[in-house]
Amino acid sequence: MLSRTADNLYWLARYMERADCLARIIDVTQRLAQLPASYGGSTNEWRSALLTAGCADLFKQFHGDATTEQNVIAFLAFAPENPSSIRNCFETARTNARSVRTALTIEMWETINSAWLELKRYSTKNMTREELARFLSFVKETSLRFDGAAYRTMLRNDAFWFSRVGMYVERADNTARILDVKYHVLLPDSEHVGGPLDYFQWASILRSVSALTSFHWVYRESVKPWLVADLLILNGQMPRSLTSCYQNITRYLDDIAAYYGRQGHAQRVARSTLTRLGNSRMDDVFQTGLHEYIDNFVIENNRLGSNITEQYLL
Amino acid sequence: MSVAFDEMTNADGSVRSAYSALARWLSDVPPDVLDYRRKEAEFIFRRIGITFAVYGDSDAQERLIPFDIIPRVLTGTEWRRLSRGLEQRTKALNLYIKDVYSKRDILKAGVVPEDLVYQNPVFRPEMNGQKVPHDLYVHIAGIDVVRVDADTFYVLEDNARTPSGVSYMLENREIMMRLFPELFADNRVAPVENYTDELLATLKSLAPNTATSDPVVVVLTPGIYNSAYYEHSFLADKLGVELVEGRDLFVRNDIVYMRTTEGPRRVDVIYRRLDDDFLDPLAFRPDSALGVPGLMSAYNAGNVTLTNAVGTGVADDKAVYSYMPEIIRFYLGEEPLLKNVPTWRCREPDHLKYVLDHLGELVVKEVHGSGGYGMLIGPRADKAQIELFRAKLMDDPTNFIAQPTLALSTCPTFVDEGIAPRHVDLRPFVLTGSDRVRIVPGGLTRVALQAGSLVVNSSQGGGTKDTWVLEES
Repeated sequence: MLSRTADNLYWLARYMERADCLARIIDVTQRLAQLPASYGGSTNEWRSALLTAGCADLFKQFHGDATTEQNVIAFLAFAPENPSSIRNCFETARTNARSVRTALTIEMWETINSAWLELKRYSTKNMTREELARFLSFVKETSLRFDGAAYRTMLRNDAFWFSRVGMYVERADNTARILDVKYHVLLPDSEHVGGPLDYFQWASILRSVSALTSFHWVYRESVKPWLVADLLILNGQMPRSLTSCYQNITRYLDDIAAYYGRQGHAQRVARSTLTRLGNSRMDDVFQTGLHEYIDNFVIENNRLGSNITEQYLL
Repeated sequence: MSVAFDEMTNADGSVRSAYSALARWLSDVPPDVLDYRRKEAEFIFRRIGITFAVYGDSDAQERLIPFDIIPRVLTGTEWRRLSRGLEQRTKALNLYIKDVYSKRDILKAGVVPEDLVYQNPVFRPEMNGQKVPHDLYVHIAGIDVVRVDADTFYVLEDNARTPSGVSYMLENREIMMRLFPELFADNRVAPVENYTDELLATLKSLAPNTATSDPVVVVLTPGIYNSAYYEHSFLADKLGVELVEGRDLFVRNDIVYMRTTEGPRRVDVIYRRLDDDFLDPLAFRPDSALGVPGLMSAYNAGNVTLTNAVGTGVADDKAVYSYMPEIIRFYLGEEPLLKNVPTWRCREPDHLKYVLDHLGELVVKEVHGSGGYGMLIGPRADKAQIELFRAKLMDDPTNFIAQPTLALSTCPTFVDEGIAPRHVDLRPFVLTGSDRVRIVPGGLTRVALQAGSLVVNSSQGGGTKDTWVLEES
């Protein structure tokens, strides 16, 4: 297929997944910010949301230190000046989709196009909480529909595989970032690890990635940091976990290699990351520091992105 | 202007046979049902994203062409006559272009004046003596025809460069079948959906001899900001070929390749929806970022087929148009089956004089104009507009032609006031391959939605209709 088509499909899937992640970050941040003060609810949640989304510096350029709820939500959801705002994700996704319409199924295109039309109905200013909630679930549903449409309707060929690889590379990045929220939302000095605030923060993170129930099914224990990390990093049953993402990335990259009859850097890098995840133990992860572990992972994941680009998309 | 011929209803109020089933249905169906289905059609069009861009209209970056749900109907007999005429005309166009770029017999014989070719801005000296695969130039033609009475079709315009609109022909039919299945049960409508299969067969038949038995075909688009982008992607999709932009192609040793995830892949036939000027920055406009450097050199080497060929514009401007009857007689030795609209060439002094004396009755058009822009419709113009055109004409008469205002036929159309007659034209698409000519029964009917208006162009508020050719049962 055309390199440009593969590139568009790959990024289209990434932007759809990113929109979903941003909606979830806003969701989890709101939950954290709403914890009553008696549970030690602090004031830095919205700043942490920016750090998680990786756009704190850009925000500072436009709003300085005014990390109010309203400013941050507007910036993450609608700001035209933020290239990764939800609105821009949908805009870019649609532009990409238009230029590869021939590679998309009708169902995928209609999902993107109707989302893009629907988006205009949400005003950026003075959204009530209810409107915001509706908006966030619209975003999540759109990503869900897109994903489902792709899964149900696409031919299983390189077009499908590139779009899957894009989605999982993005999802791995997003899971890592959501997990990192907890690092940025510091516990107040008066609170201790394992205390009630700590508990609610971890539970909110699980809930934001729709994993609270899964957590209970898997561990049958109360929420504990290392178990949450285990679920979202190492547990291959958990479809958002880094391990699961890399199992999929490896599989689809291997499909591409088999189809084209040759493999390259991207396949080797993906496999070695998967192996490293397989050899990790939660004790070691917490020993070196969860944040450092995640930081390293994000860097590696980005490197895989560049490898894929060099190998196929130029 | 006389009363226009209505394709459904005779002057005495009786219904013409082609429309009998449709007329019955129209009188039975409640208006709110029509209205509901019209809205549904619009909703579907918007969701599928069948839009077009109007240049210079930044507000409405993507607009829908209004779709009228009442089909336009032709009988099989009418269609067969029309299609023979279209085939004849396209044949003559191809022979004319070939001649213009090789022996120039027609110029030597004095049938067409030389300056009409040599002074023509779209004449491509690069094509002189250049052999093109299978000696064919216009592989995809859109011939605009209008009807003035029960028996007479006029050709209004030949589109020999990159005619568009065929996606609307196909989508309109698709939507009609979705919305009004009962109508198709009562009428035997010839299918059009095989158009893209016919197009693919045509394109493959045109591959250069260097190609394998299964030539690689691509559609070349200027990109998503082009007004017809939807159509480009639609066609590529239905053809099952890659939709490429200039940057996806490159030329090495006079061979065209596309960049794929598996490395370079050779391309044999390029259905280009890009004007000559932009094809190759090395040969034509050096500032073109849309084209492919070296493409003309690969073309000249005979390693790739461009459809349509480069330089076909010499056959489709409005001045050459006026010579088409002579061109047909010259190459085919036949009488034209389809009439030309009588045309005054303002380049000829006696014609110019007539035009200047009758500006209030005539339609004056720019020779190279399109899209309904830059024309004067005499009977509808005020004094100031007429004087403006008088000055333009005197200043540069060769740039204009004039025609009588035709009473274009009307068809029943669903508008705000209900069902009312509106003027229509028709653009059938003629495919010329190395093996044969293919025309699917139908075309794009464009309708002027304003009461009394004769301008059907989508850029100026025209709409479209599904076009039915009935098979006799």
